[in-house]
Amino acid sequence: MGETKYTEDHEYIRIEGDVVVVGISDYAQSQLGDVVFVELPKAGKKLAKGEEAAVVESVKAASEVYAPVSGEVLEVNAALEAQPGTINEDPEGTGWFIKLKLSDASELSGLMSEADYKTYLASIH
Amino acid sequence: MSEPETTPIPLRHTPLHDRHVSLGARMVGFAGYDMPVQYKEGILAEHLWTRAHAGLFDVSHMGQCFLIGPDHETVARALEALVPADIVNLLPGQQRYSQFLNAEGGVMDDIMVTRSADPAEDGTLMVVVNAGCKDTDFAHLKAHLPNHIKLIIAEHRALLALQGPEAASVLAKHCAGADSMAFMTGVSTLFDAIPVHISRSGYSGEDGFEISVSAAKVVVINERLLAHPEVKPIGLGARDSLRLEAGLCLYGHELDPTTSPFEAQIQWSIQKRRRQEGGFPGFERISRELTEGPHRKRVGLLPEGRAPAREGTEITTLDGVKIGTVTSGGFGPTLNGPCAMGNVETAHSAIGNKVYLMVRGNAMPATIVAMPFVPHRFHRA
Repeated sequence: MGETKYTEDHEYIRIEGDVVVVGISDYAQSQLGDVVFVELPKAGKKLAKGEEAAVVESVKAASEVYAPVSGEVLEVNAALEAQPGTINEDPEGTGWFIKLKLSDASELSGLMSEADYKTYLASIH
Repeated sequence: MSEPETTPIPLRHTPLHDRHVSLGARMVGFAGYDMPVQYKEGILAEHLWTRAHAGLFDVSHMGQCFLIGPDHETVARALEALVPADIVNLLPGQQRYSQFLNAEGGVMDDIMVTRSADPAEDGTLMVVVNAGCKDTDFAHLKAHLPNHIKLIIAEHRALLALQGPEAASVLAKHCAGADSMAFMTGVSTLFDAIPVHISRSGYSGEDGFEISVSAAKVVVINERLLAHPEVKPIGLGARDSLRLEAGLCLYGHELDPTTSPFEAQIQWSIQKRRRQEGGFPGFERISRELTEGPHRKRVGLLPEGRAPAREGTEITTLDGVKIGTVTSGGFGPTLNGPCAMGNVETAHSAIGNKVYLMVRGNAMPATIVAMPFVPHRFHRA
């Protein structure tokens, strides 16, 4: 397992060499409530940092998930289509959204470490 | 330093606010109140629990008032000047759904009216209105009711809704005979030894009751109901998904001051005598729509995929011509899929008609379907 970093919008990335796994944090899923639908990008799509990467819908509302870093979509978690509740059950494990091939590794330095993210969560409560 | 004009108005609390917090509810602002949107188990579980067992909802934010006149006919005629339902012919204890209409026949609010079942209270109507409209509704009543009709705003009454197939058997343990009441009837009775007014009604599509009680006693009743294993507390999130599946209108979504009862497809709530005689605001439009039909109407929409279409989503023909807008949309937990309601031009409103819902720029196929999405299970007498 590689290092995990977080954004202020509560996305995480797990760094596995020059590939990163993107999803939403446990805090994000708890705030969303029961996820009932997820719209994922197509493999091959090039995403710029901050661009809308996916849409996740709870019973109540739709929320956008933004690309924490720039890169090309290598793979999407197609299992989420049939089992969107996986995002609630295991957000940072089997509930991942997409795998990106990093286009600019320097963007990683702008993200929060796990410890920083915990401090950030405490600060917004 | 705070600017007085930018100071947010603090959210009001119902008498059960502290209990919601202690139960772990997620609280949100709704119609000026800090209300539970969900408890720990979440909206899906709460929704499904209500359809299978019994859910308890705090709806104390809603407005309750009494209209009191010398006799039933006098008070009924006074209210009929503002609403299109037949109130005069309500039987003692009978409850009816209606709307305050504006001069253009648009809906200012939708309401429940109950004639007191007690012969000693002849001339008393109980009216329950939406939380977000209650101040304007009460001002509207004050401005238009004749002097001989008294308006009593029941500020110190709380309201609970107990909904679901096990609601009747639970409530009957506290209110003898509650389980033999007919749908849309109400009665003043005792809950254990506590005076309450109960009606067999609700907004979930399930059998159930609304329990009106003094704010001082609602905490006790809430606890006694929650003590039953069949009963769980349910938040506003599931209240909304339940009413959406039941195909019921929500003010501010399906109903607003530009929308007539015919457009909203609630013309069943305008009884024959009122259609013929009129005598309520907007009769001209209602009368015209009665013969010509409305230009647009509320329909049920079933998207083909899994993506919910939310309020505001554009509805188009298969040729891409806009024909309407989604008024409420989301995921139906019992349906286990998305469903929506929307207004569409009458020419395109036939059941079975295929349309597109424009979700995030994508044309998503959907079918216009009959409602409710989940069959009602009211307790008809």
